[in-house]
Amino acid sequence: MKRARVAYSGAIHEATPAGADAIRLDDGRVVGEADVVWLPPFEAGTVIALGLNYADHAKELAFKAQEEPLVFLKGPGALIGHRGATRRPADATFMHYECELAVVIGKPARRVARADAMAHVAGYTIANDYAIRDYLENWYRPNLRVKSRDGATALGPWLVDAADVAAPPQLALRTFVNGRQTQSGNTRDLVFDIAFLIEYLSEFMTLSPGDVILTGTPEGVVDVGVGDEVVCEIEGLGRLVNRIAGDEEFGRAGAASAQGAKRESA
Amino acid sequence: MSSPRIEVAPFRLSGVVYSVLLNHRRSLASLGDAVSAPPYRGAPKSVVLAVKPRHALLPPGGNLLVDDDSEELEVGATLGLVIGTTACAVAEADALGHVAGFVAACDGTLPRTSHYRPQIRAMARDASCVFGAEVVARERAGDPDSLSIRVFVDGALARSASTADHVRSAARLIADVSDFMTLRPGDVVLTGSAPDGPRVRAGATIAVEIASVGRLETRVTIAEARRPR
Repeated sequence: MKRARVAYSGAIHEATPAGADAIRLDDGRVVGEADVVWLPPFEAGTVIALGLNYADHAKELAFKAQEEPLVFLKGPGALIGHRGATRRPADATFMHYECELAVVIGKPARRVARADAMAHVAGYTIANDYAIRDYLENWYRPNLRVKSRDGATALGPWLVDAADVAAPPQLALRTFVNGRQTQSGNTRDLVFDIAFLIEYLSEFMTLSPGDVILTGTPEGVVDVGVGDEVVCEIEGLGRLVNRIAGDEEFGRAGAASAQGAKRESA
Repeated sequence: MSSPRIEVAPFRLSGVVYSVLLNHRRSLASLGDAVSAPPYRGAPKSVVLAVKPRHALLPPGGNLLVDDDSEELEVGATLGLVIGTTACAVAEADALGHVAGFVAACDGTLPRTSHYRPQIRAMARDASCVFGAEVVARERAGDPDSLSIRVFVDGALARSASTADHVRSAARLIADVSDFMTLRPGDVVLTGSAPDGPRVRAGATIAVEIASVGRLETRVTIAEARRPR
């Protein structure tokens, strides 16, 4: 089963697919998929993200694959839904998408053994976890200014039940920028697989329903600019569409100072 | 998390807690020449932060958990800024206007020798960050940039610090963080602790006292038995 959360006509609804360009709201209305506001498909708790979790991407970024997973946490404001817009600050010279399999926790997990780990997964969705490399620094890297920016982590469109995806997921993953394919990989190539990550994390950090693990991205990240349409696709999960917006749309002056522009005080 | 008592808006905490790292002047100084060497290659330019996940947070009176007698925690005594009104890309001059009040916090982390990677195993542990019983309204507590912070372990003074020694002031932190992450009512920004905090083990009692904000007490306790391997 695939479920989305959307806003339509003044209320938030659960929705399911209804043909190519339509969705069915929980109250029975069938509406165009472009006529709703797509929210992240579940109410997210802790947002957990992996870096360098595909051997090819680690190589692309000139890193040796590590012995322990590179894990960091994001703030809740990073999340947006399908068909959202992500801001590219005017001073950025390298902003790239990251198409990732997102694993949504369904049952509390505390010190879970690998063999039991997959039973704690509620389902999967697609994440596009943008990074702005200009802001990368070597202190608690990747620092939050690079990876926990307002609206810079898109999730959706659907939460797909774990029961509908063979475990462990071996799904082709692709990204298109303005229709041209720029990234391709398969979730079978995770350095640290989902069961390992649940065992590893739950050893020191209880996972709760709604927590989400973004499992990292393979090679093929390229710079994207204002106006670009970025589509992240994972086999069986759908297509997550995002648009890159400029500072003007967000009321930012677009200055190139180290901390970016400050809004005029009201 | 059940909130500390807050008598001003937002009246409860949101559960979103950001912890500012390396914000004490001695933090970088204590690393010496290593700051300019790999892997760091220079002092940080932007504010350095970590997210505290929900299960790390403990209500007032909660106990810090360790796995066994041998595990050591480093005590980070820190002033928390509680956001009162939404702050997005606010100027430093306006920033404190978005702060409802202040709260004391005690952040227990595993001691770290490197600051290169996020190390959530050391910093995002269950039951590792305790809040004080009260959020003191900003108007009542005064200047957040000149508050003394004292840590007592088993009743004895173990560390003394002041927010006057912070690299970034409270206002500057709100401005810098809100430049890329909107802060919402009830969110907390922990402004940072002095480096090399006291090390504690199971059985220790800890008190954190922040002038005009209050005192919190906690105890280090062994968590229930681990899953057998």
